Amino acid sequence: MPRGEATIGRVMAQIAMVMNLDKCIGCHTCSVTCKQTWTNRTGVEYAWFNNVETKPGVGYPRRYEDQEHWKGGWMLDKRGRLVLRSGGRVKRLLSLFSNPDLPSIEDYYEPVTYDYDNLVSAPAGPDFPVAQPRSVLTGKPTAITWGANWEDGLGGAGENAGADPNLSGEWAEKVKFEFEQTFLFHLPRLCEHCLNPACVSACPSGAMYKRVEDGIVLVDQDACRGWRMCVTACPYKKVYINHATGKAEKCTFCFPRIEAGQPTVCSETCVGRLRYLGLVLYDADKVGEAAATPDEKDLLDAQRDVFLDPEDPEVRAAARASGIPEDWLDAARRSPVHALISRYKVALPLHPEYRTLPMVWYVPPLSPVLDAVDAAGGNQDDPDHVFAAVTRLRIPLEYLAELFSAGDTDVVAGVLMKLTALRSYMRERTLGEEGDEAALKAVGLTVREAEDMHRLLAVAKYDDRYVVPAAHKEDAAALSAMENRCPVESSGDDRTDKAGRVMLGIPTLRRRTDGGRA
Amino acid sequence: MNAVPTLLAAAPVSGTDLLLWVAVPYICLAVFLVGHVWRYRQDQFGWTSRTSQLLEHRWLRWGSPLFHLGTFMVIGGHVVGLVVPESWTEAVGISEHMYHTTAVTAGSVAGVAMVTGLGMLCARRLLTRTIRLHTDRSDKVLFPLLAATALLGITATAAHNVFGAGYDYRVTISVWFRGLFTLQPQPEAMAGAPLLFQVHALCACLLFAAWPFTRLVHVWSVPVGYLARPYLVYRRRAVPAAAPAATRRTRREFHSGHTR
Repeated sequence: MPRGEATIGRVMAQIAMVMNLDKCIGCHTCSVTCKQTWTNRTGVEYAWFNNVETKPGVGYPRRYEDQEHWKGGWMLDKRGRLVLRSGGRVKRLLSLFSNPDLPSIEDYYEPVTYDYDNLVSAPAGPDFPVAQPRSVLTGKPTAITWGANWEDGLGGAGENAGADPNLSGEWAEKVKFEFEQTFLFHLPRLCEHCLNPACVSACPSGAMYKRVEDGIVLVDQDACRGWRMCVTACPYKKVYINHATGKAEKCTFCFPRIEAGQPTVCSETCVGRLRYLGLVLYDADKVGEAAATPDEKDLLDAQRDVFLDPEDPEVRAAARASGIPEDWLDAARRSPVHALISRYKVALPLHPEYRTLPMVWYVPPLSPVLDAVDAAGGNQDDPDHVFAAVTRLRIPLEYLAELFSAGDTDVVAGVLMKLTALRSYMRERTLGEEGDEAALKAVGLTVREAEDMHRLLAVAKYDDRYVVPAAHKEDAAALSAMENRCPVESSGDDRTDKAGRVMLGIPTLRRRTDGGRA
Repeated sequence: MNAVPTLLAAAPVSGTDLLLWVAVPYICLAVFLVGHVWRYRQDQFGWTSRTSQLLEHRWLRWGSPLFHLGTFMVIGGHVVGLVVPESWTEAVGISEHMYHTTAVTAGSVAGVAMVTGLGMLCARRLLTRTIRLHTDRSDKVLFPLLAATALLGITATAAHNVFGAGYDYRVTISVWFRGLFTLQPQPEAMAGAPLLFQVHALCACLLFAAWPFTRLVHVWSVPVGYLARPYLVYRRRAVPAAAPAATRRTRREFHSGHTR
């Protein structure tokens, strides 16, 4: 035990997510249900705790991945120390008066509602009445010129997608050049609930925190003073300012549901069933060291090394010593997230080079590569053709590597080959053939593992996708006290105009007089 | 007060003077203190700078730093001018002339910066529709009050000390100000001051009374503690023992000190 503690350190549990991008059809159901649950309120009309982006694409807010410009995340200074890209503590306090690196509403988009009243109140006339868009911010008629996924399905990509910050270097020229045979996939994004959250570190008030029990990152609405440094520090731009309350708000990972052992709203309603939720055990004492890994391309492995194997008796002993309850340890063993990240190694983090150690990981999509095989006249069911495409058709691969492995194409190629081998092997099996194990062997999978992965990724039953242990019953009283109130709303007497009012899913026009304000 | 060279003869103090220079300041001060306690206990959620940078950043970029830095200098100037007695500065060899030259020069820079910044902040509030709609009742009180106080102060200084013959407020207004806090109010010290200074002082009293009910409360939240705290903040979930009213999560923070 003492030896175990020396090597393992403080064990913490994190509820984490994996998304299988091949299954995302870009239907935005996750975004819509999330919005109706959390952000259908005045002040956050423009905010999407969950959004789905088309990639390649500019993103939401525009070019958020360009950290040279927005200064999000961490970096290593000249002496190799981990520092926030937006600057040190003194610089942050000096920019309280005006934050030079804060996206403005135009970088997101101007939220609108529609003049629905006109549909029923317009006088009789020869023309059909229409509902004109009105700006929620000004109440005036406005032209809609941008949105959270304006270039959906590469619409207008010729104009805009070139501004994707992931398109850099000479291969990026090729992407534009061969646009008729281009590739696209959808990227659902939410708060990463990072192990090394830059937003928390940048908050001058100490209002942001990571929960000890499940690693969910939250904003204490009572302690937030509206200094807006978190928005800049988050490289994923997943902390938003509520312009009505002047406070920061972010994805809560639907903690009231998680505490009750239920999946988040975005996961529950995902039509493609592509989301996985589960526990990951990690060594909290190794986080700082991993985030400061010198070479960006080693960050993926460094983060994987922070995670602990819940099957390891030594880990389990250390976890118990750190106060993690037995049923949580059990859930950690059955965690699909742990399986996809650490056992099968097919899930990758989004932009590990931001050094926040994000906890929403992605199984990279095979479809861009399969499209490329088709375009090259190959057969996408033949693993040899796909393997050849993975190694030869660099364009989608390099793009995926920019997103998921800090530019290391070997990592992405390895995952894609694994998926290809699995796909072809299980296809043969399903069609009643023997199944060629050679392809499996080539990617280092056993038949048993292939069957397990197939069950997890293709069959994907509800109970396999979501292994969420309920919060512990010792805390039950506290939880029921929390349950009845909205965590992003006021605690006590609410002086904003939304008190006691049930908001509908449609944003209302800004009211001219707001009675209850001080 | 101690050895203040009193050119204030023991003239009878009128009822108006008592009201304006004793009652009003004390009432405002009481509202200031009680209001803060009430607001802090009742309205943590509303205790914020109410940032609007998201909606408008072009004016704010210059206006806000100018206003804030100018205001810090102005506050510093007032502290020196009102709190430090003339006898003290003379004791360290600063003559009345030297003092006033410095005060007028530094004060002008600070005042111009503050008023320019405030002007820009008011302009964006009036001219940008999104910000105008964003302006709540407390802002509608605060901005005019702040602007009036600043402009009256600047005008008084300009009229009397820059272009005028020079008025030594340190033997009148400062005496009155210190008297309020030593609980030996001297309304007669203020009664003879020029009108502009009197109105400026009254305006400032009202500003202090309004303070706890406006966004000015964010002044007390200046996050100096950030300079010393560990980067990562962990908290435990709420514990059942907490009373329902005190929904503030218990701050059992422990830190991993990995990033200095």
